[in-house]
Amino acid sequence: MLKNWWKILCVILLTYTILAGFLGPVPAKPILNETIRNLYFHVGMWFAMMALFTVSAIYSVFYLWKSKPNYDLYSLEFAKGGIVFGCLGLATGSIWARYTWGAFWSNDPKQLGAAIALLIYFAYLVLRNSMTDMDKRARIGAVYNIFAYAMLFPTILIIPRMVDSLHPGGMGNPAMNTKDIDSRMITIFWPAAVPGWILLGVWITTLRIRLQLLVEKKLSHA
Amino acid sequence: MHKKVRFWSLLVLFGLLGLTGRAQDSAAGKPVEMADRLRADGKIYVVVAVLLTIFIGIIAYVIRLDRKISRLEKGSK
Repeated sequence: MLKNWWKILCVILLTYTILAGFLGPVPAKPILNETIRNLYFHVGMWFAMMALFTVSAIYSVFYLWKSKPNYDLYSLEFAKGGIVFGCLGLATGSIWARYTWGAFWSNDPKQLGAAIALLIYFAYLVLRNSMTDMDKRARIGAVYNIFAYAMLFPTILIIPRMVDSLHPGGMGNPAMNTKDIDSRMITIFWPAAVPGWILLGVWITTLRIRLQLLVEKKLSHA
Repeated sequence: MHKKVRFWSLLVLFGLLGLTGRAQDSAAGKPVEMADRLRADGKIYVVVAVLLTIFIGIIAYVIRLDRKISRLEKGSK
């Protein structure tokens, strides 16, 4: 049980996020109204995605360095986990945009950037599956994954901030500024929501990795 | 393997925690419509209860999956 402490922590943090996220005090803002609470959930998806993609890129570097096949598997599964959270982030952002910006999709730089980032990662999966040679697949996949990661932050964070955007953080302002959210929200968001969602993503990803390792073991025995 | 995965994940996690922001309250001029009545009537608790139920259900499912995989891992050794 002790080695699973982080899973318990994940459940505690997310339970707290749901409770405090709905019942806790939030600043009163026009247009946003109560939807400001989406911060704990929608933005949490993106942080989980960024964390999972970061781990994925680290394992790609490890794979190229040590050529251990398991590193390629970790890298692939973390990328898949990141894609799931990215899709959820895009979908939740779209719903939020419908009620604050007026449309599900308004070709905002932030939306386009996020969509491009996800397409780059979709291409990673397509690229891998286009090769039958396992060694080549892993090697080219790892190189591509590192380039995909290099494009991640420019597309989702840097470029949308350099141009005019409806999303907070446009025109060089930080997205987490004191104008939009206050300290009461900060104390739920950073210590509970962000690590909680990241841990959930890591948990689900490790389950997939373990399952995949079992499948490989079974195949090698057959 | 899990140790390593956990190590890197935690490293990233605490790295992100290090970005913790600072903030202060800012008050606007005229009152903005918030769901004060909804909370006063107590109805929001119903929504919170529903969401918590869903969340607990999903977590229970993930835990069961975790246990099943653990059992398989033990069996295959």
